[in-house]
Amino acid sequence: MEVKKAAVAGTLESSDAQVTVEPGNGSIELSIESSVIHQFGKQIRKTVLETLDRLDVKDAKVNVVDKGALDCTLKARVECAVYRSNDITENLPWGGVIK
Amino acid sequence: MINAVGREIPEEILKKTGKEPFKGAYVYDNYEYTKAAPKARTMMDPKRSKLVENIHDVLVKCGIKDGMTISFHHHFREGDYVVNMVMEEIHNMGIKGITICASSLGKANDPIVPYIEDGTIVGIQSSGVRGKIGEAISTGKLQDLAIMRSHGGRVRAIESGEVRIDIAFIGAPTCDEYGNMRANGGKSDCGVLSYAMVDAQYADKVVAITDCLVPFPNIPASISMINVDYVCVVDEIGNPAKIATGAAKPTTDVRKIMMADYCTQFVINTPYFKNGFSYQTGVGGASIASTISLGKIMEERGIKMGLGLGGITTPMCDLLAKGLIDKIVDTQDFDMGAIESIKSNPNHIEISASEYADPFNKGAYVNKLDFVILASLEVDVNFNCNVVVGSDGMITGAQGGHPDTAAGAKCTIVIAPLLQGRIPAICTNVTTVTTPGETVDVVITDYGIAINPRRQDLIECMKGVNLPFCTIEELRDKAYAIVGEPDPVQFGDRVVGIIEGRDGTIMDVVHEIKQYEFKD
Repeated sequence: MEVKKAAVAGTLESSDAQVTVEPGNGSIELSIESSVIHQFGKQIRKTVLETLDRLDVKDAKVNVVDKGALDCTLKARVECAVYRSNDITENLPWGGVIK
Repeated sequence: MINAVGREIPEEILKKTGKEPFKGAYVYDNYEYTKAAPKARTMMDPKRSKLVENIHDVLVKCGIKDGMTISFHHHFREGDYVVNMVMEEIHNMGIKGITICASSLGKANDPIVPYIEDGTIVGIQSSGVRGKIGEAISTGKLQDLAIMRSHGGRVRAIESGEVRIDIAFIGAPTCDEYGNMRANGGKSDCGVLSYAMVDAQYADKVVAITDCLVPFPNIPASISMINVDYVCVVDEIGNPAKIATGAAKPTTDVRKIMMADYCTQFVINTPYFKNGFSYQTGVGGASIASTISLGKIMEERGIKMGLGLGGITTPMCDLLAKGLIDKIVDTQDFDMGAIESIKSNPNHIEISASEYADPFNKGAYVNKLDFVILASLEVDVNFNCNVVVGSDGMITGAQGGHPDTAAGAKCTIVIAPLLQGRIPAICTNVTTVTTPGETVDVVITDYGIAINPRRQDLIECMKGVNLPFCTIEELRDKAYAIVGEPDPVQFGDRVVGIIEGRDGTIMDVVHEIKQYEFKD
């Protein structure tokens, strides 16, 4: 998928993450800020990159501000932000590319 | 060198401090030592006054100079003004190299951080630190090693001479012109002055700081005039609204209530739950809920508590008022209800921190505990607890009486929700060990209860009890299955603090925190 414009999903509440996507400069540029960066930084990055890969996003600036979200929450926020950047809010491919 | 809780204590730290690594919770039993004694100055001329105009003059009279060690108590909790007011004056006088030996420091003391940065303060010894002081220590701004001691361990350090206090500043809610201090009857009442009693006995100079001078004699005194050099009257020693809050509303968090119910069921199925039992609990939501639910069962079965110990909250005082507790002995009051109770109930009694928890006196109250109900930031699979360093590596808590009561009680119960956000409370290795696992008997979480395998007797008496028992490893595995396995915090090499065992050995060290880096 292409990231067509800037889009946001998620909140800054505890146990959530706010994910922002923007059109990129030819690759994935990921920045992560997290209240649990020491313990889970590696896992957060892995989860976000895997989700982008699954959605076939190859070119985007992605900013994650994490407040201790579980992996399932992170995945959902990334998926939502990418679909919002395409103005797709209905008829989402549940069980398909969205796991 | 690896100590008895499996922690690597660097040789240079052992050499620098002259301390030994921790060898076991009861290794120093029956140990003989000589107590230290302070330098004292006589008071024979009845015409001489102890009253001094202001903090500056009292510092001059006490001979404040570079490199001194000064002490404070923390009975004013988050409403304390005394530490900041004294340190500001010391800073203004250009004094450097001060070590603060406090019974604890909190967020109220954030304003002293610039004095750490400019070298006015080079050493901090405390039960713990929160807020910006913790950040300053963890980021390497303090010149010397910070030393974290339990409440009992602090008394031991002072009376054994390990730390010598040059000047003790004791905030007193009421005081007379000859230095008799009481914790009640003023505008900043704190209930008791337990933690300051050892300071008064062992410091070379003792200064009473009060905002309520009362007629002589201010008795019965918590701290007597015989140990006090000077009395200084200031406008305010604390913010009463933050010293004692109203009684915390009983929690409505179903998770905490469930853990409290587990705790009560566990307690009443042990052989220690019988008439005259002794009990201590903390101030957390689950602890307070367990006191309330235990009280109901005591009432139903006609079982009375002989001794309630520790930091006191309103629910304990309610049980005392109902006649369900014989005596409360008190070292700290957490709310207005506790302060009112000690003023009015003759069975609610103030004790010193030494009587409470000192491992080096001839017998402390903690040794007489049947139950203690504690909380913990982290517990590892060896039952070691961490109550000082956050899972992110930042110093953010206090030992308090945790290691003292755990070592003393027949049944030490730790209540911890399995997860705090994404952080698992039950883990393979705690970030820092503050309380050794050999003194922790039971861990209660919202996902199950683990009994320390060292306590086969407790495992035996819980057979047939309908509670969700499992092993501590199973609890950890459940936590990791939900949140993933956490990586260890990336610390720097420099040691910024030590966690001192209550006997003065090194339980663990705290390293400087480092900016996180993605590795690969």
